[in-house]
Amino acid sequence: MESSVSAALGSLVMGVSSLTIESVVMLTVGCVLLYLGIKKDYEPLLLVPIGFGAVLVNIPLGGLMQDGGLLRQFYNFGVITEIFPCLIFIGIGAMTDFTPLLENPKILLLGAAGQFGIFITLLLALGLGFNLLDAATVGIIGACDGPTSIFVASKYAPHLLGAVSVAAYSYMSLVPLIQPPIMRALTTEKERKVRMKYPKKSVSKSLKIVFPVLATIVTCLIAPMGTPLMGMLMLGNLMKECGAVSRLTNASENEIANAVTLLLGLSIGATMEGTVFLKAQTLIILALGLLAICLDTVMGVLFGKLMCLLTKGKINPLIGAAGISAYPMAARVVQGEGRRYDTNNWLLMHAMGANTGGQIGSIMAAAIMLSVLRGMGLG
Amino acid sequence: MNNISQGLIIMLVGMGGTLLSLGFLIFVINTAKRVLPYVEEPKKGVDVAGDAPGKEKV
Repeated sequence: MESSVSAALGSLVMGVSSLTIESVVMLTVGCVLLYLGIKKDYEPLLLVPIGFGAVLVNIPLGGLMQDGGLLRQFYNFGVITEIFPCLIFIGIGAMTDFTPLLENPKILLLGAAGQFGIFITLLLALGLGFNLLDAATVGIIGACDGPTSIFVASKYAPHLLGAVSVAAYSYMSLVPLIQPPIMRALTTEKERKVRMKYPKKSVSKSLKIVFPVLATIVTCLIAPMGTPLMGMLMLGNLMKECGAVSRLTNASENEIANAVTLLLGLSIGATMEGTVFLKAQTLIILALGLLAICLDTVMGVLFGKLMCLLTKGKINPLIGAAGISAYPMAARVVQGEGRRYDTNNWLLMHAMGANTGGQIGSIMAAAIMLSVLRGMGLG
Repeated sequence: MNNISQGLIIMLVGMGGTLLSLGFLIFVINTAKRVLPYVEEPKKGVDVAGDAPGKEKV
Protein backbone atom coordinates (compact mmCIF):
# COMPACT_ATOMS: atom_id res chain seq x y z
CA MET A 1 0.00 0.00 0.00
CA GLU A 2 2.73 2.44 1.02
CA SER A 3 4.73 1.67 -2.09
CA SER A 4 1.66 2.31 -4.27
CA VAL A 5 1.09 5.68 -2.61
CA SER A 6 4.71 6.70 -3.04
CA ALA A 7 4.64 5.55 -6.69
CA ALA A 8 1.48 7.58 -7.30
CA LEU A 9 2.99 10.64 -5.63
CA GLY A 10 6.22 10.09 -7.52
CA SER A 11 4.36 10.17 -10.83
CA LEU A 12 3.09 13.67 -9.95
CA VAL A 13 6.61 15.04 -9.72
CA MET A 14 8.02 13.08 -12.64
CA GLY A 15 7.75 16.08 -14.96
CA VAL A 16 9.63 18.34 -12.55
CA SER A 17 12.26 15.70 -11.80
CA SER A 18 12.84 15.15 -15.53
CA LEU A 19 13.65 18.81 -16.17
CA THR A 20 17.10 19.31 -17.62
CA ILE A 21 19.15 22.46 -18.01
CA GLU A 22 18.44 22.35 -21.77
CA SER A 23 14.68 22.20 -21.25
CA VAL A 24 14.78 25.05 -18.70
CA VAL A 25 16.82 27.22 -21.09
CA MET A 26 14.46 26.47 -23.96
CA LEU A 27 11.38 27.15 -21.82
CA THR A 28 12.95 30.54 -21.14
CA VAL A 29 13.66 31.06 -24.86
CA GLY A 30 10.02 30.22 -25.61
CA CYS A 31 8.87 32.76 -23.04
CA VAL A 32 11.21 35.41 -24.50
CA LEU A 33 9.70 34.80 -27.95
CA LEU A 34 6.22 35.17 -26.44
CA TYR A 35 7.33 38.42 -24.78
CA LEU A 36 8.75 39.77 -28.05
CA GLY A 37 5.57 38.88 -29.91
CA ILE A 38 3.06 40.09 -27.32
CA LYS A 39 4.79 43.02 -25.66
CA LYS A 40 7.15 44.26 -28.37
CA ASP A 41 4.83 43.47 -31.29
CA TYR A 42 7.62 41.74 -33.27
CA GLU A 43 5.76 39.55 -35.81
CA PRO A 44 3.26 38.45 -33.12
CA LEU A 45 1.28 36.26 -35.52
CA LEU A 46 4.30 33.99 -35.76
CA LEU A 47 6.35 34.55 -32.63
CA VAL A 48 3.41 33.76 -30.33
CA PRO A 49 2.71 30.28 -31.80
CA ILE A 50 6.46 29.63 -32.26
CA GLY A 51 7.18 30.64 -28.66
CA PHE A 52 4.32 28.55 -27.32
CA GLY A 53 5.36 25.59 -29.47
CA ALA A 54 8.86 25.90 -28.00
CA VAL A 55 7.37 25.90 -24.49
CA LEU A 56 5.19 22.85 -25.20
CA VAL A 57 7.92 20.76 -26.75
CA ASN A 58 10.34 21.37 -23.88
CA ILE A 59 7.99 20.20 -21.16
CA PRO A 60 9.46 16.84 -20.14
CA LEU A 61 7.37 13.75 -20.87
CA GLY A 62 4.80 15.78 -22.81
CA GLY A 63 5.59 13.69 -25.86
CA LEU A 64 4.28 16.22 -28.34
CA MET A 65 7.05 15.53 -30.83
CA GLN A 66 7.17 11.77 -30.37
CA ASP A 67 5.65 9.53 -33.02
CA GLY A 68 1.91 10.16 -32.93
CA GLY A 69 2.30 13.28 -30.78
CA LEU A 70 0.16 16.30 -31.62
CA LEU A 71 2.92 18.63 -32.82
CA ARG A 72 4.70 15.78 -34.65
CA GLN A 73 1.51 15.26 -36.65
CA PHE A 74 1.28 18.96 -37.55
CA TYR A 75 4.98 18.90 -38.49
CA ASN A 76 4.75 15.76 -40.60
CA PHE A 77 1.58 16.89 -42.33
CA GLY A 78 2.49 20.48 -43.12
CA VAL A 79 6.22 21.10 -42.88
CA ILE A 80 7.81 17.90 -44.15
CA THR A 81 5.39 17.89 -47.08
CA GLU A 82 5.99 21.67 -47.65
CA ILE A 83 2.22 22.24 -47.65
CA PHE A 84 2.22 25.03 -45.02
CA PRO A 85 4.70 27.40 -46.72
CA CYS A 86 2.91 26.95 -50.04
CA LEU A 87 -0.50 27.69 -48.49
CA ILE A 88 0.93 30.78 -46.80
CA PHE A 89 2.04 32.00 -50.21
CA ILE A 90 -1.54 31.87 -51.56
CA GLY A 91 -2.50 34.28 -48.78
CA ILE A 92 0.51 36.52 -49.45
CA GLY A 93 -0.36 36.60 -53.16
CA ALA A 94 -3.93 37.56 -52.35
CA MET A 95 -2.66 40.45 -50.20
CA THR A 96 0.00 41.73 -52.63
CA ASP A 97 -0.54 44.54 -55.10
CA PHE A 98 1.90 44.37 -58.00
CA THR A 99 0.68 47.65 -59.56
CA PRO A 100 3.72 49.77 -58.51
CA LEU A 101 6.02 47.11 -59.99
CA LEU A 102 4.05 46.93 -63.23
CA GLU A 103 4.11 50.73 -63.52
CA ASN A 104 7.90 50.78 -63.31
CA PRO A 105 9.14 47.26 -64.16
CA LYS A 106 12.86 48.10 -64.15
CA ILE A 107 12.86 48.30 -60.36
CA LEU A 108 12.38 44.53 -60.43
CA LEU A 109 16.18 44.45 -60.82
CA LEU A 110 16.44 45.75 -57.26
CA GLY A 111 14.51 42.65 -56.21
CA ALA A 112 17.30 40.59 -57.77
CA ALA A 113 20.13 42.59 -56.17
CA GLY A 114 18.40 42.29 -52.80
CA GLN A 115 18.97 38.53 -52.90
CA PHE A 116 22.73 38.60 -53.41
CA GLY A 117 23.24 38.29 -49.66
CA ILE A 118 21.85 34.74 -49.88
CA PHE A 119 24.69 33.59 -52.08
CA ILE A 120 27.48 35.46 -50.28
CA THR A 121 26.26 33.99 -46.97
CA LEU A 122 26.20 30.52 -48.50
CA LEU A 123 29.86 30.94 -49.35
CA LEU A 124 30.67 32.21 -45.85
CA ALA A 125 28.82 29.26 -44.31
CA LEU A 126 30.85 26.87 -46.44
CA GLY A 127 33.99 28.63 -45.20
CA LEU A 128 32.83 28.01 -41.62
CA GLY A 129 32.57 24.28 -42.25
CA PHE A 130 28.88 23.77 -43.06
CA ASN A 131 28.21 21.20 -45.77
CA LEU A 132 26.72 22.44 -49.03
CA LEU A 133 23.06 21.69 -48.28
CA ASP A 134 23.26 23.16 -44.77
CA ALA A 135 25.06 26.24 -46.14
CA ALA A 136 22.36 26.73 -48.77
CA THR A 137 19.73 26.51 -46.03
CA VAL A 138 21.53 29.05 -43.86
CA GLY A 139 22.02 31.38 -46.83
CA ILE A 140 18.31 31.33 -47.62
CA ILE A 141 17.64 33.29 -44.41
CA GLY A 142 18.83 36.19 -46.56
CA ALA A 143 15.69 35.81 -48.67
CA CYS A 144 14.09 37.57 -45.67
CA ASP A 145 11.10 35.42 -46.41
CA GLY A 146 9.83 32.95 -43.80
CA PRO A 147 7.92 30.54 -46.05
CA THR A 148 10.78 30.34 -48.58
CA SER A 149 13.28 29.66 -45.77
CA ILE A 150 11.03 26.93 -44.37
CA PHE A 151 10.52 25.45 -47.84
CA VAL A 152 14.26 25.15 -48.44
CA ALA A 153 15.10 24.03 -44.88
CA SER A 154 12.45 21.31 -44.85
CA LYS A 155 13.76 20.05 -48.19
CA TYR A 156 17.50 20.03 -47.47
CA ALA A 157 18.20 20.46 -43.78
CA PRO A 158 15.19 19.68 -41.54
CA HIS A 159 17.53 19.57 -38.52
CA LEU A 160 18.17 23.32 -39.02
CA LEU A 161 14.51 24.22 -39.48
CA GLY A 162 14.00 25.69 -35.99
CA ALA A 163 17.07 27.93 -36.05
CA VAL A 164 16.56 29.02 -39.67
CA SER A 165 12.89 29.88 -39.33
CA VAL A 166 13.32 31.66 -36.00
CA ALA A 167 16.17 33.68 -37.54
CA ALA A 168 14.16 34.46 -40.69
CA TYR A 169 11.07 35.67 -38.84
CA SER A 170 12.95 37.48 -36.07
CA TYR A 171 15.15 39.41 -38.48
CA MET A 172 12.17 40.23 -40.70
CA SER A 173 10.61 41.96 -37.73
CA LEU A 174 13.91 43.72 -37.00
CA VAL A 175 14.23 45.19 -40.51
CA PRO A 176 13.36 48.70 -39.22
CA LEU A 177 16.38 48.48 -36.90
CA ILE A 178 18.79 46.64 -39.21
CA GLN A 179 18.40 48.58 -42.45
CA PRO A 180 18.53 52.34 -41.70
CA PRO A 181 22.15 52.51 -40.47
CA ILE A 182 23.31 50.62 -43.57
CA MET A 183 21.24 52.85 -45.85
CA ARG A 184 22.73 55.97 -44.27
CA ALA A 185 26.29 54.62 -44.41
CA LEU A 186 26.11 53.84 -48.12
CA THR A 187 24.34 56.93 -49.46
CA THR A 188 25.04 60.65 -49.53
CA GLU A 189 22.48 63.17 -48.32
CA LYS A 190 22.03 64.33 -51.92
CA GLU A 191 21.19 60.78 -53.01
CA ARG A 192 18.71 60.33 -50.17
CA LYS A 193 16.90 63.48 -51.30
CA VAL A 194 16.40 62.31 -54.89
CA ARG A 195 12.71 62.60 -55.76
CA MET A 196 11.26 60.03 -58.09
CA LYS A 197 8.50 60.83 -60.54
CA TYR A 198 5.27 58.90 -60.49
CA PRO A 199 4.16 57.53 -63.87
CA LYS A 200 1.31 59.49 -65.43
CA LYS A 201 -0.26 56.34 -66.85
CA SER A 202 -1.30 53.47 -64.64
CA VAL A 203 -1.60 49.89 -65.83
CA SER A 204 -4.65 48.23 -67.31
CA LYS A 205 -6.83 45.82 -65.38
CA SER A 206 -6.15 43.21 -68.07
CA LEU A 207 -2.39 43.47 -67.47
CA LYS A 208 -2.89 43.01 -63.73
CA ILE A 209 -4.83 39.82 -64.46
CA VAL A 210 -2.42 38.52 -67.09
CA PHE A 211 0.72 39.29 -65.04
CA PRO A 212 0.44 36.45 -62.49
CA VAL A 213 -0.09 33.92 -65.26
CA LEU A 214 2.79 35.28 -67.34
CA ALA A 215 5.11 35.55 -64.34
CA THR A 216 4.34 31.96 -63.32
CA ILE A 217 5.04 30.58 -66.78
CA VAL A 218 8.23 32.59 -67.33
CA THR A 219 9.83 32.10 -63.90
CA CYS A 220 8.82 28.47 -63.47
CA LEU A 221 10.14 27.55 -66.90
CA ILE A 222 13.49 29.07 -65.94
CA ALA A 223 13.64 27.49 -62.47
CA PRO A 224 11.01 24.73 -62.13
CA MET A 225 12.06 23.95 -58.55
CA GLY A 226 10.35 27.16 -57.45
CA THR A 227 7.01 26.26 -59.03
CA PRO A 228 5.23 25.34 -55.75
CA LEU A 229 6.07 28.73 -54.18
CA MET A 230 5.79 30.97 -57.24
CA GLY A 231 2.69 29.14 -58.42
CA MET A 232 0.87 29.61 -55.13
CA LEU A 233 1.95 33.27 -54.81
CA MET A 234 0.70 34.05 -58.29
CA LEU A 235 -2.49 31.99 -57.86
CA GLY A 236 -3.37 34.11 -54.83
CA ASN A 237 -2.66 37.28 -56.80
CA LEU A 238 -4.64 36.11 -59.83
CA MET A 239 -7.67 35.41 -57.62
CA LYS A 240 -7.39 38.89 -56.14
CA GLU A 241 -6.98 40.71 -59.45
CA CYS A 242 -9.56 38.84 -61.51
CA GLY A 243 -12.29 39.50 -58.94
CA ALA A 244 -14.20 36.41 -60.08
CA VAL A 245 -13.58 34.38 -56.95
CA SER A 246 -13.89 36.87 -54.14
CA ARG A 247 -14.89 34.17 -51.64
CA LEU A 248 -11.71 32.23 -52.35
CA THR A 249 -9.64 35.41 -52.16
CA ASN A 250 -11.15 36.32 -48.82
CA ALA A 251 -10.60 32.80 -47.51
CA SER A 252 -6.98 32.82 -48.76
CA GLU A 253 -6.04 36.08 -47.09
CA ASN A 254 -7.99 35.42 -43.90
CA GLU A 255 -9.10 31.96 -42.79
CA ILE A 256 -6.54 29.86 -44.68
CA ALA A 257 -3.61 32.21 -43.97
CA ASN A 258 -4.56 32.48 -40.29
CA ALA A 259 -5.06 28.76 -39.70
CA VAL A 260 -1.87 27.83 -41.53
CA THR A 261 0.12 30.54 -39.74
CA LEU A 262 -0.97 29.08 -36.40
CA LEU A 263 -0.09 25.50 -37.33
CA LEU A 264 3.16 26.53 -39.02
CA GLY A 265 4.23 28.57 -35.99
CA LEU A 266 3.50 25.69 -33.62
CA SER A 267 5.35 23.26 -35.88
CA ILE A 268 8.41 25.51 -36.02
CA GLY A 269 8.35 25.96 -32.26
CA ALA A 270 8.15 22.19 -31.96
CA THR A 271 11.55 21.86 -33.66
CA MET A 272 13.16 23.85 -30.83
CA GLU A 273 13.79 20.97 -28.44
CA GLY A 274 16.67 21.80 -26.12
CA THR A 275 18.82 18.85 -27.09
CA VAL A 276 18.56 19.75 -30.77
CA PHE A 277 18.50 23.55 -30.59
CA LEU A 278 21.10 24.38 -27.95
CA LYS A 279 24.27 24.04 -29.96
CA ALA A 280 27.03 26.46 -30.94
CA GLN A 281 25.85 25.88 -34.51
CA THR A 282 22.53 27.60 -33.73
CA LEU A 283 24.32 30.77 -32.65
CA ILE A 284 26.42 30.67 -35.82
CA ILE A 285 23.24 30.28 -37.91
CA LEU A 286 21.63 33.25 -36.14
CA ALA A 287 24.77 35.36 -36.77
CA LEU A 288 24.99 34.31 -40.43
CA GLY A 289 21.28 35.04 -40.90
CA LEU A 290 21.75 38.57 -39.59
CA LEU A 291 24.75 39.00 -41.87
CA ALA A 292 22.73 37.73 -44.84
CA ILE A 293 20.05 40.38 -44.35
CA CYS A 294 22.69 43.11 -43.89
CA LEU A 295 24.39 41.97 -47.11
CA ASP A 296 21.06 42.00 -48.95
CA THR A 297 20.56 45.60 -47.88
CA VAL A 298 24.11 46.54 -48.86
CA MET A 299 23.79 44.95 -52.30
CA GLY A 300 20.33 46.45 -52.85
CA VAL A 301 21.46 49.98 -51.98
CA LEU A 302 24.64 49.64 -54.06
CA PHE A 303 22.59 48.44 -57.02
CA GLY A 304 20.25 51.38 -56.42
CA LYS A 305 23.26 53.71 -56.59
CA LEU A 306 24.27 52.11 -59.89
CA MET A 307 20.75 52.60 -61.26
CA CYS A 308 20.80 56.19 -59.99
CA LEU A 309 24.03 56.75 -61.91
CA LEU A 310 22.78 55.09 -65.09
CA THR A 311 19.45 56.97 -65.07
CA LYS A 312 21.19 60.27 -64.26
CA GLY A 313 19.63 60.67 -60.87
CA LYS A 314 16.11 59.51 -61.58
CA ILE A 315 16.21 56.67 -59.06
CA ASN A 316 16.68 57.17 -55.35
CA PRO A 317 19.23 54.55 -54.18
CA LEU A 318 17.34 54.12 -50.90
CA ILE A 319 14.64 52.09 -52.64
CA GLY A 320 17.30 49.43 -53.26
CA ALA A 321 16.96 48.49 -49.60
CA ALA A 322 13.34 47.52 -50.28
CA GLY A 323 14.46 44.86 -52.75
CA ILE A 324 14.08 42.21 -50.05
CA SER A 325 11.01 40.15 -49.37
CA ALA A 326 9.95 41.67 -46.03
CA TYR A 327 6.72 43.16 -47.39
CA PRO A 328 5.65 45.88 -46.75
CA MET A 329 8.00 46.60 -43.86
CA ALA A 330 11.10 47.29 -45.98
CA ALA A 331 9.13 49.71 -48.19
CA ARG A 332 7.94 51.60 -45.10
CA VAL A 333 11.52 51.84 -43.82
CA VAL A 334 12.59 53.38 -47.14
CA GLN A 335 9.72 55.84 -47.02
CA GLY A 336 10.69 56.82 -43.47
CA GLU A 337 14.35 57.33 -44.38
CA GLY A 338 13.47 59.37 -47.47
CA ARG A 339 11.19 61.68 -45.52
CA ARG A 340 13.75 62.04 -42.78
CA TYR A 341 15.89 64.10 -45.15
CA ASP A 342 13.13 65.66 -47.25
CA THR A 343 9.69 65.75 -45.70
CA ASN A 344 8.04 66.07 -49.11
CA ASN A 345 9.80 63.10 -50.68
CA TRP A 346 7.24 60.34 -51.26
CA LEU A 347 9.09 57.13 -52.10
CA LEU A 348 6.52 54.68 -50.76
CA MET A 349 5.01 53.42 -54.02
CA HIS A 350 8.42 53.07 -55.69
CA ALA A 351 9.68 51.20 -52.64
CA MET A 352 6.55 49.01 -52.72
CA GLY A 353 7.43 48.16 -56.32
CA ALA A 354 10.95 47.15 -55.31
CA ASN A 355 9.53 45.26 -52.33
CA THR A 356 7.14 43.17 -54.46
CA GLY A 357 10.08 42.66 -56.82
CA GLY A 358 11.94 41.35 -53.77
CA GLN A 359 9.18 38.82 -53.17
CA ILE A 360 9.51 37.51 -56.70
CA GLY A 361 13.31 37.77 -56.50
CA SER A 362 13.55 35.78 -53.27
CA ILE A 363 11.56 32.89 -54.74
CA MET A 364 13.61 33.04 -57.95
CA ALA A 365 16.89 33.07 -56.03
CA ALA A 366 15.79 30.07 -53.96
CA ALA A 367 14.51 28.24 -57.03
CA ILE A 368 17.70 28.87 -58.97
CA MET A 369 19.80 27.72 -56.03
CA LEU A 370 17.72 24.53 -55.71
CA SER A 371 17.97 23.93 -59.46
CA VAL A 372 21.75 24.39 -59.43
CA LEU A 373 22.09 22.05 -56.44
CA ARG A 374 20.01 19.45 -58.23
CA GLY A 375 22.08 19.96 -61.37
CA MET A 376 25.18 19.22 -59.29
CA GLY A 377 23.61 15.98 -58.16
CA LEU A 378 22.82 17.30 -54.67
CA GLY A 379 19.36 17.54 -53.23
CA MET B 1 35.67 19.72 -56.77
CA ASN B 2 35.71 20.94 -53.17
CA ASN B 3 32.89 22.62 -51.30
CA ILE B 4 34.21 26.16 -51.76
CA SER B 5 34.50 25.73 -55.53
CA GLN B 6 30.95 24.40 -55.64
CA GLY B 7 29.83 27.32 -53.48
CA LEU B 8 31.49 29.79 -55.85
CA ILE B 9 29.70 28.23 -58.80
CA ILE B 10 26.34 28.38 -56.99
CA MET B 11 27.02 32.01 -56.04
CA LEU B 12 27.89 33.13 -59.56
CA VAL B 13 25.14 31.15 -61.28
CA GLY B 14 22.65 32.13 -58.57
CA MET B 15 23.34 35.87 -58.72
CA GLY B 16 23.61 35.95 -62.49
CA GLY B 17 20.61 33.68 -62.96
CA THR B 18 18.40 35.72 -60.62
CA LEU B 19 19.39 38.96 -62.34
CA LEU B 20 18.95 37.59 -65.86
CA SER B 21 15.64 35.88 -65.16
CA LEU B 22 14.17 38.99 -63.58
CA GLY B 23 15.60 41.01 -66.48
CA PHE B 24 13.73 38.73 -68.84
CA LEU B 25 10.58 39.15 -66.76
CA ILE B 26 10.94 42.94 -67.15
CA PHE B 27 11.05 42.44 -70.92
CA VAL B 28 7.90 40.28 -70.74
CA ILE B 29 6.10 42.89 -68.60
CA ASN B 30 7.05 45.72 -70.97
CA THR B 31 5.82 43.68 -73.94
CA ALA B 32 2.57 42.87 -72.14
CA LYS B 33 2.15 46.59 -71.36
CA ARG B 34 2.32 47.37 -75.07
CA VAL B 35 -0.22 44.65 -75.88
CA LEU B 36 -2.55 45.62 -73.04
CA PRO B 37 -2.14 49.41 -72.73
CA TYR B 38 -3.84 51.46 -70.07
CA VAL B 39 -7.00 53.07 -71.31
CA GLU B 40 -8.49 55.73 -69.09
CA GLU B 41 -12.03 54.81 -68.17
CA PRO B 42 -14.63 57.42 -69.04
CA LYS B 43 -15.90 59.26 -66.01
CA LYS B 44 -19.38 58.11 -65.11
CA GLY B 45 -22.33 60.39 -64.54
CA VAL B 46 -20.61 63.65 -65.45
CA ASP B 47 -23.03 66.04 -67.05
CA VAL B 48 -21.10 67.73 -69.81
CA ALA B 49 -24.10 68.58 -71.92
CA GLY B 50 -25.89 70.63 -69.33
CA ASP B 51 -29.56 70.38 -68.62
CA ALA B 52 -30.74 71.52 -71.99
CA PRO B 53 -33.60 69.38 -73.34
CA GLY B 54 -32.60 66.85 -75.99
CA LYS B 55 -28.92 66.79 -74.91
CA GLU B 56 -27.51 63.45 -73.82
CA LYS B 57 -25.56 62.94 -70.67
CA VAL B 58 -22.17 61.30 -71.12
